[in-house]
Amino acid sequence: MNLKQDGPNIIVVSNLVKKFNEVVAVDHISFAVKKGEIFAFLGPNGAGKSTTIKMLTTLLTPTGGEMSLNGWDPTRDKDAARKSFGIVFQDPSLDEDMTAFENMEFHAVLYKIPGDLRNDRIGELLQFVELWDRRKDLVKTFSGGMKRRLEIARGLLHHPKILFLDEPTLGLDPQTRNHMWSYIKEVNKRENMTVFFTTHYMEEAERIAERIAIIDLGKIIATGTPKELEGQTNTASLEDAFLNLTGRKIREEEASGMDHWRAMHRMWSRRH
Amino acid sequence: MSTIYILWLRQVKKYFRSRSRLIGSLGQPLLFLLAFGFGFGSIFRQAGQGSYIQFLGPGIIMMSVLFTAVFSGIDLIWDRQFGFLKETMVAPVSRLEIMLGKTAGGATVAAIQGALVFVLTLIVGFRPNDWFLLPLAALFVFLVAILFTALGITIASTMQDMQGFQLIMNFMVMPIFFLSGAIFPLQGLPFVMDIVTRLDPLTYGIDGLREALTSVGKFGIATDLAVITIIAAFFVVLGSYFFERIEA
Repeated sequence: MNLKQDGPNIIVVSNLVKKFNEVVAVDHISFAVKKGEIFAFLGPNGAGKSTTIKMLTTLLTPTGGEMSLNGWDPTRDKDAARKSFGIVFQDPSLDEDMTAFENMEFHAVLYKIPGDLRNDRIGELLQFVELWDRRKDLVKTFSGGMKRRLEIARGLLHHPKILFLDEPTLGLDPQTRNHMWSYIKEVNKRENMTVFFTTHYMEEAERIAERIAIIDLGKIIATGTPKELEGQTNTASLEDAFLNLTGRKIREEEASGMDHWRAMHRMWSRRH
Repeated sequence: MSTIYILWLRQVKKYFRSRSRLIGSLGQPLLFLLAFGFGFGSIFRQAGQGSYIQFLGPGIIMMSVLFTAVFSGIDLIWDRQFGFLKETMVAPVSRLEIMLGKTAGGATVAAIQGALVFVLTLIVGFRPNDWFLLPLAALFVFLVAILFTALGITIASTMQDMQGFQLIMNFMVMPIFFLSGAIFPLQGLPFVMDIVTRLDPLTYGIDGLREALTSVGKFGIATDLAVITIIAAFFVVLGSYFFERIEA
């Protein structure tokens, strides 16, 4: 047995519920993540993965249930909970009109990293994700992969106990994906940082995560190591286990409309 | 404090970086100054009201402060659409500090815009009566800037996207501008119009600025200052209230 897994749980969720009007997005889910573990939420589109992350990270107020994050309740001790984690969101969350360095600096100030330490850490992390040479460039000149790397560096800046990654590899090429995970695994090993990520790539969950929770229609339908999940469903691969558990119907996801907004923003900027 | 500062700095930096936006935003006030200023100039003079440019200058300065301030506040919606708001909202800082930082940044940008338009008015022939009252004029500009940035943030906090943007333009920002006495004198208005102008917060900002720059006004500096300060404070509080309730 892995020694790490004997440690206490750093994330505990019990009976968590989130309703949007009458739609139940998260339906009484319970799970625990051990300190230092790499844990994956695997599920199809619209399963409630992002909603759960938003509740854990204080962005959404749950309709019901309990959460504990590094010993804090994200609904009550918000700032203490916020200091405990770093996050890489599903959609880009950088200020594209600022440079890579400025984005890092902004984060450092918000997280009250002392001035003398600030530049050292920013430098260290930008070198770690190989963006030091581009530190003075505006983020809008960056490729998708570079932006992701910058977001990871930013998420690690305040030395969080937990790193949340919401569909972190969506739209990245395999090389960048590989690269990204090697950074994250390195910090996970070195700092014993807990990693909680969501994905709908089976292969990714299987390769990266130590434990996986399969979530569908707002409910957790199975939890375990990839091997355990295959055992539970009597299947030969995680992919089969996943399809076995969630069914084969195609899930429609609401269009994000991002392109529409970007177009409008360009128009609007020009007018003023 | 450092939170407010970095949010302020972000907005000011972005303003100076987008030169095209900066220059573009001077086009509209210049057009208004030239078209209205010279178009109505002779009628205004014949009516015994003196120089129209002298009258119009403060109104156009405040117009650009109004527009820039509301848009800086509404900018929040873009931060939300492009995800940057989430980065700010998961940070361990109070929502009030974020709101105050954004207000300070937006208001500074709007005030700078006002100063640039002031230079434009000088070019087309506007002359302040008393240069020593310029700090008082700047105070009015800054208060109006705070008021409307906070109003913009209030609106943006309750909107999910830019769908309602045209609505706000046509039913709020434009009426606030046109019904403020920016382009016509407040004296001798029909009863209903008189009431409406008195309900428009910008009226007091423009009246105060006009008093400071050209020694002509209706309500008096003290009244203007009191009204504008109270309304600005009200909107900062209201904006903070709505901002705290944002779920990103």
